[in-house]
Amino acid sequence: MPEEISPEVLAFATEIGSSGLVTVAGGRTQWTVGGSPLEGVREVTAPSGIWAYEPEEMTVRCGAGTTLQELSAALSKYGQMVPFDLSPSATVGGALAVGRSGYRRLRYGHIRDFVLQVRHIDHKGQVVSAGGPTVKNVSGYDLCRLMVGSLGKLGCLAEVTLRCLPIPQTSKWLTGRQDPFDVFAKLYRPSAILWDGDQVWVCLEGVSSDVEAQSDLLDLEETAVPPRLPDRGRMSLAPKALKTFDRPSGNWVAEVGVGVVHMEQPNADPAISNINLSLMRELENRLDPGGRFNPGRKVLSE
Amino acid sequence: MQKSLQDNLFSDLQTLLGERARDGDFELGLYGKDGSVLEGRPSIVCLPQSTSEVQEIVKICRRYDTPFLARGSGTGLAGGAVPIGEPVIIATAKMNKILEVDLDNRIAWVEPGVLNLDLSNELLPLGFHFAPDPSSQQVCSIGGNVANNSGGPHCLAYGVTSAHIAALEVVLPDGQIAQFGDLTADGAGYDLRGLFVGSEGTMGITTRIAVRLTQNPPEVRTLLLDFADVRDGAAAVSAIIAAGLIPAALEMMDKRAIEIVEAFVNAGYPTEADAVLLVELDGLPGGVEYGVELVRSVATRHHVGNVRVAADEKERALLWKGRKNAFGAVARIKPDYYLHDTVVPRGKLVEVLEKVYRIADAHDLIAINVFHAGDGNLHPILAFDSSEKGVLERVHAAGRAIVTASIEAGGVLSGEHGIGLEKRDYMGMLFSAHDMATQDLVREAFDPDGFANPLKVLPTGSRCSDSFGQHVPDGAWV
Repeated sequence: MPEEISPEVLAFATEIGSSGLVTVAGGRTQWTVGGSPLEGVREVTAPSGIWAYEPEEMTVRCGAGTTLQELSAALSKYGQMVPFDLSPSATVGGALAVGRSGYRRLRYGHIRDFVLQVRHIDHKGQVVSAGGPTVKNVSGYDLCRLMVGSLGKLGCLAEVTLRCLPIPQTSKWLTGRQDPFDVFAKLYRPSAILWDGDQVWVCLEGVSSDVEAQSDLLDLEETAVPPRLPDRGRMSLAPKALKTFDRPSGNWVAEVGVGVVHMEQPNADPAISNINLSLMRELENRLDPGGRFNPGRKVLSE
Repeated sequence: MQKSLQDNLFSDLQTLLGERARDGDFELGLYGKDGSVLEGRPSIVCLPQSTSEVQEIVKICRRYDTPFLARGSGTGLAGGAVPIGEPVIIATAKMNKILEVDLDNRIAWVEPGVLNLDLSNELLPLGFHFAPDPSSQQVCSIGGNVANNSGGPHCLAYGVTSAHIAALEVVLPDGQIAQFGDLTADGAGYDLRGLFVGSEGTMGITTRIAVRLTQNPPEVRTLLLDFADVRDGAAAVSAIIAAGLIPAALEMMDKRAIEIVEAFVNAGYPTEADAVLLVELDGLPGGVEYGVELVRSVATRHHVGNVRVAADEKERALLWKGRKNAFGAVARIKPDYYLHDTVVPRGKLVEVLEKVYRIADAHDLIAINVFHAGDGNLHPILAFDSSEKGVLERVHAAGRAIVTASIEAGGVLSGEHGIGLEKRDYMGMLFSAHDMATQDLVREAFDPDGFANPLKVLPTGSRCSDSFGQHVPDGAWV
């Protein structure tokens, strides 16, 4: 028999119900991504709390409304982390629904690759489980990945199970002026290389002898903190395109090796091909035919 | 299918492909099977060489109302490539070119028929590789890896296939060509790429794949640890991970596996041991050295016998040869085997292993265990002789009992082999009817009429479009 659904998730399903518009609020840290939520809509928040954490399995199950701060606090007691690198007041569900990885993606990969299992509430107010609770699983269609970056338009995230990682023994930021692509070519799996067109910041992690040896390859000075990332605009390029892209006006910081550019200057969403657009609209129509969820915010612009 | 329709379909495919469209008895028999013990029969086998040929085949199939099934190397173990409902097989073996290696973007564009190990060998001098490395990597195709979201020993540290696919060109079930994902960091809209990976050919056929390239580690160490008691070995697995170490690979073999493998490859595996762990650490030298010492001290606490550290690349390759040839070595004791694939929490490995032995005994079968212990991914092998009367029923019953035991221990149906035909009807053990109906809603968005690899992944009844269900051949064992 399928696993039992927790009472918190069932209560969230009841609250969402089977009719009426619903906006799901997380920590409101990326609240206007995809557009501002429609005003006057009934607002709900996903349940929070760490529900199962097994350090030796390196998996954690929590309510989607759990803040990253609470998650980090629980995991760090056992020397573990989920490297989301977002605002501590962001929620796990919100971070996944928006689907934007933090600055250490270069080493740890996209945040969607940390998701093992998701329970969401569908437009009928019913619980849907996808994925599986173990560190590795193939369990039918990968609805978990579909939910990441969906802005809650396909269902409301209620519970997630994530894979954790050990916190590296040493973590060090370096900064200075050096060609960022040269830095990228020299290093073995750096955690982050940030670049604002002038200055470069590098995050190295691991055992201290390796971190030292890697820093010695660079002509950079140690620094306490990474740069502030502008958050009014965001461009997503191929890693190579950073070498030649039209630099935006205002401050910007690029993730070298990844291709994300964090900008002051707001920008338009990238275009989607017509074939993909019709498949995506079909998914929206099938999973939320009445358009109940998060009106005002859009994954697909009109 | 009616004889005249079949003749016309074949003739149209022959006009397109010449001798690369085939309907001889030998081919139809060959493509009726994959790496599983299941068997079906296709109507025609096609060997396209380009995206446009795949597109034309799909369009022709649609004109004749005939389903189709994409096939890589046919090494899948869950019957995902076993033809049900007399489909046309679209085999990608002749689409085997590495199209572009783009080191600036750290990706390579490849055709789906490129073999997994061929790609990594090609990339070796450039300092990169493709991280997923299923045991069948010498013969399995990248397209098949995408279809099954394949794993392998090194997925413990590097993640399964989905994390290593940037973009896919896909011929959709209606014959349109789409690209899911791109080389940019975030892509646009919903993650169709993520949804497609692991969909076992039921959402279309991938014809070009952008795989992510992983840097080759500067340092690699491989250790072989032997234990007089399998329980100590399993406890050491949990303890190594709990100590905050994620080895590049952490594999386990039980006593019977050690004996069979040693007789086959002479790698110097300790045949007197009850279990061995093959541990690989990679990365920068300091981290690797730290890892080796940590593994040593944890293993000592768990009563390890010998710790053998491979002295050089030759010895390392030999140790891995034992692991990667374990399945072939089974032929030394029985002509056939049925390889299972379930995942349990690491902490439940011993409990489930003991159940596996009991289940095999109860069904008068031999169980051999060689598996990815680090991520709790069990691969019990049931060895048998298919000429023995009634043996398949026993294998089937034992298989079901193993899956049930794994799920009862908090595990899942499959770690990396997929659901296919083999586990399709087990999906209800893990998912509610509503969960499966939701999965089907999503699948149907891509293939409303159920033409692409019909009757796989979801049990009949949870799907709205089982139009080919009446064709389940007697020979198919589901």
